[in-house]
Amino acid sequence: MASKVQPLTGINPAASPEKTGASLSNEEILRYSRHLIMPEVGMEGQLKLKNAKVLLIGTGGLGAPLGLYLAAAGVGRLGLVDFDVVDFTNLQRQVTFGSSDVGKPKVEAARARLANLNPDIQIDTFETKLTSENALEVFKDFDVIVDGTDNFPTRYLVNDACILLGKPNVYGSIFRFEGQVTVFGLPNGPCYRCLYSEPPPPGLVPSCAEGGVLGVLPGIVGSIQAMETIKLILGRGENLVGRLLLFDALGMKFRELKLRKNPNCPMCGEHRTITQLIDYYEFCGVRGEEAPAPNVQVPEITPRELKSRLDRGDDLFILDVREPHEFQICNLKGHLIPLGELPRRVHELDSSREIVAHCRSGKRSAEAVDFLRKAGFRKTLNLKGGILAWSDEVDPSVPKY
Amino acid sequence: MAVKVIIPTPLRPYAGKRDSAEFKAATVGEALRRLTTEFADLRKHLFTEDGKLRSFVNVYVNDEDIRYLAKENTPTKDGDTISIIPSIAGGCS
Repeated sequence: MASKVQPLTGINPAASPEKTGASLSNEEILRYSRHLIMPEVGMEGQLKLKNAKVLLIGTGGLGAPLGLYLAAAGVGRLGLVDFDVVDFTNLQRQVTFGSSDVGKPKVEAARARLANLNPDIQIDTFETKLTSENALEVFKDFDVIVDGTDNFPTRYLVNDACILLGKPNVYGSIFRFEGQVTVFGLPNGPCYRCLYSEPPPPGLVPSCAEGGVLGVLPGIVGSIQAMETIKLILGRGENLVGRLLLFDALGMKFRELKLRKNPNCPMCGEHRTITQLIDYYEFCGVRGEEAPAPNVQVPEITPRELKSRLDRGDDLFILDVREPHEFQICNLKGHLIPLGELPRRVHELDSSREIVAHCRSGKRSAEAVDFLRKAGFRKTLNLKGGILAWSDEVDPSVPKY
Repeated sequence: MAVKVIIPTPLRPYAGKRDSAEFKAATVGEALRRLTTEFADLRKHLFTEDGKLRSFVNVYVNDEDIRYLAKENTPTKDGDTISIIPSIAGGCS
């Protein structure tokens, strides 16, 4: 059910050019000439873009093409929300940032890049974690909210805040080489809770940090979100309301599913039960965000203790529970059994020996130790902090990834 | 009556790394039962302990959500595609 774009002027009358009387300078006319000569944009559309206020939640993988294209297109005011700092592992996909930005707050690095791209736009930065306490205040001045976050609590928070304020939510999400894009929060359209009333329990769906992501994928999905945002502002074309666009980069296939408004939706249904923002971390479970702490408490050994015991010649069996492709990056010469294969390969282990299990960060190996101890391998320890901590505390020649 | 079940990326590790599987099935429920019989590890990701489809997993026949058809009793015909669409959160910051 492809629906015609509904003009945003109904949502924020202040944004209409007729009321603000804005115009373009000669320099802006030159800058936007390839828009201006298109009848679908033209002067009217470019002024709508200039008067539009778009808030980007997250300046990471999805936020990178979003920020770049929306700034280049002349969206007059861009808000950037992110509390993170740029790190080296971001550069593989977060193309707003350069190597010299590593260590800087993402919103500041993004502001500098976008201001350089287009000095005529206003960029507001919010170097903060979006919470139930600040979301409505941050959102209220913007016409369109674009969700490029990386965790379930923030996605439900963004959805609920958009519904409460009546603002469209341009949604995009990615995993490894698959993406999902749609537009939530328009009148008569579905919301995120219509699609998924509840988040998955913590730990069941891996994060990007665990699952990896092909660097170009957020570029494509974020660019589709940017296109939908611009169409909403222009009031042109057919947008993704009521349609979930699925992108499979490996098969290079786009598919489309129908999204219906759930009449019983607790957020946007006729008998709504949620009338204010809630505690989204509680709603999603403690481990809803990325880089969660190990959820099982198991006996541990620190990298330094392990090193001194190995140097002493203690008989320790090193069990590596990562995947083979991770083993190729670096290893501690352990015996490789990926966590998922452990139950059926447990016979390869000797319960009379002391076993030290490790992974990259200590999380998967904690699950392995928990499993092994329950299976009777009582002398099993978890290497605290995994191979990352080993690199920090014992042997910096082991690369971190 | 073969229907194709598309297995989403996050669930492929529990399905022998397959991206799809074909089954003869007259309903969506039957196809999913055959799928989780062949790949037992998938079961807990799709169904609760009392056998209900999990709320963060949506199932489509072609482009239609089975919640708005006959749910797991939705009939399938030769050539239909069943899609399992779990929620994913990544934006990779």
